[in-house]
Amino acid sequence: MIKVTFIDTQGASRALDAVDGQSLMDVAVSNRVPGIDADCGGSCACGTCHVMVAPEWLVKLPPAEDMENAMLEFVEPRTPGSRLSCQIKLSPALDGIVVTTPAGQH
Amino acid sequence: MTQAAVATPTTPSSLAYATPLADLDPSNPALFADFTMLDYFERLRREDPVHYCAKSAFGAYWSVTKFKDIMQVETHPEIYSSDSRSGGITIFDSNAAASLPMFIAMDPPRHDEQRKVVSPVVAPENLARLEAVIRERPAAALDALPVNEDFDWVSRVSINLTTQMLATLFDFPWQDRAQLSYWSDAATAVVGQGMIDSEEQRFGILMECAQYMTRLWNERLNSEPGNDLISMLAHDDRTRNMSPEEFLGNVILLIVGGNDTTRNSMTGSVLALNENADQYAKLAADPALIPSMISEAIRWQTPLAHMRRTATEDAVLGGKNIRKGDKVIMWYVSGNRDEEAIDQPNRFIIDRERVRQHLSFGFGIHRCVGNRLAEQQLRILWEELFKRWPKPMQIKVVGAPKRVPSPFVKGYESLMVRISA
Ligand code: HEM
Ligand code: FES
Repeated sequence: MIKVTFIDTQGASRALDAVDGQSLMDVAVSNRVPGIDADCGGSCACGTCHVMVAPEWLVKLPPAEDMENAMLEFVEPRTPGSRLSCQIKLSPALDGIVVTTPAGQH
Repeated sequence: MTQAAVATPTTPSSLAYATPLADLDPSNPALFADFTMLDYFERLRREDPVHYCAKSAFGAYWSVTKFKDIMQVETHPEIYSSDSRSGGITIFDSNAAASLPMFIAMDPPRHDEQRKVVSPVVAPENLARLEAVIRERPAAALDALPVNEDFDWVSRVSINLTTQMLATLFDFPWQDRAQLSYWSDAATAVVGQGMIDSEEQRFGILMECAQYMTRLWNERLNSEPGNDLISMLAHDDRTRNMSPEEFLGNVILLIVGGNDTTRNSMTGSVLALNENADQYAKLAADPALIPSMISEAIRWQTPLAHMRRTATEDAVLGGKNIRKGDKVIMWYVSGNRDEEAIDQPNRFIIDRERVRQHLSFGFGIHRCVGNRLAEQQLRILWEELFKRWPKPMQIKVVGAPKRVPSPFVKGYESLMVRISA
């Protein structure tokens, strides 16, 4: 079991259990984490699964590919930790990952 | 429907299957007027999902009909260009409106810079601030609707409310608000079909819009920041240094983008609920389903039947060889009915799973920037309608819809309804 934590803009946090291989977006959607809309269902084509990854976890992620970077151009607010959660594939190395959700996605 | 088509005993669906595959031209406007195009797309999805049509009123083009192939085009803007200079974003090749700098018809990096400028004004946080004003005026318009009497929903509700909402968003002079839909209609009208006779005429109308909007921009710039889109653009650090040309392109894009799409979703939602009385009853019993119903109605309607790209290099798509320069049509209207991507796609199910995963707003870097605004407008409409007329089928469609004969704007010219007291 892998633990993931979502913190919203108000600072409220939710810790959830995930399984190896699941995407972070999938965990959010199946647990109805507010603020993760995931309109494209994980195709890296809508940008509504934006999260901000804490620096200590960011370094453990593979760098974003071209399409993810293209979509990240338009997320608000764009921060150094901004990633699309559908492109984050969970593994034991990411056990404990903490991300913040933005105020809104569109 | 033409006389010839009326006279033939063949049903539309058998016509769709009787035509040799190579001659199939789903862009034929008549198919959209009589609503038989879905049969043609169903056949293409089954027999030739990426289909080449060598001859049509709009020249040669590829039809992309499956959800996954459309997604492939959407996510490869470096191959499939939106640039107006390569052909633009619709099956119609030249439209004077496209010569204005609008980021919908640009490729990166210019597209990205412009989109970033406009995007914040339609972000959910801003929309939340606008909610109260957006609600006020439609409420008054709905109070004025006739009861126990047939009337046209398109003009009395859809056009009226969309125009009012646009005017509110721009804080546009109220008495002139009809200009907004006029400009928008002029930008998208098909030449020779009534409204517009030539590209020169279209350009002239758009220039009128440009002048009017520039005057508003200057007024807003010289007064206190307000809560309307023009004032936000004029005062925001990120946007106030736009060139006049950029400003105009962006403003026209916001007017056009949000006009007939939202209008036709307002009509489409009434029609869909009427054709599916069980869903209307479900909604009346639980109005908390309104947001979900709206996503489903936007899928079901697919207000823009397609978007177009042009290949900038040779590519393979769904096993077909696309050549550099080819016109590629992503038929959202087909992808939204693709049984491989959407469960029971021909059914209107207001509480379906993954209801937001439809193609109507496009995907990728051009995905509709106004999608939350459109949803908000529709949500407000239905919340206000249910406040007044809460019973299932209380808003009843009493005549067949008259549809727009266009392979691009998929919508309605009229829809007769009656509200019972
Ligand atoms: C139900 C209503 C709407 C539908 C179905 C719709 C549909 C679309 C589609 C399919 C695209 C993608 C274009 C492409 O990929 O080439 C798009 C883009 C766009 N839409 Fe909408 N739209 C709607 C409402 C609105 C509203 C209310 C606005 C006003 C803010 C708006 C503004 C835009 C803009 C500015 C773009 C260009 C985005 C870009 O190129 O990056 N739309 N829309
Ligand atoms: S779910 Fe659409 S980009 Fe991640």
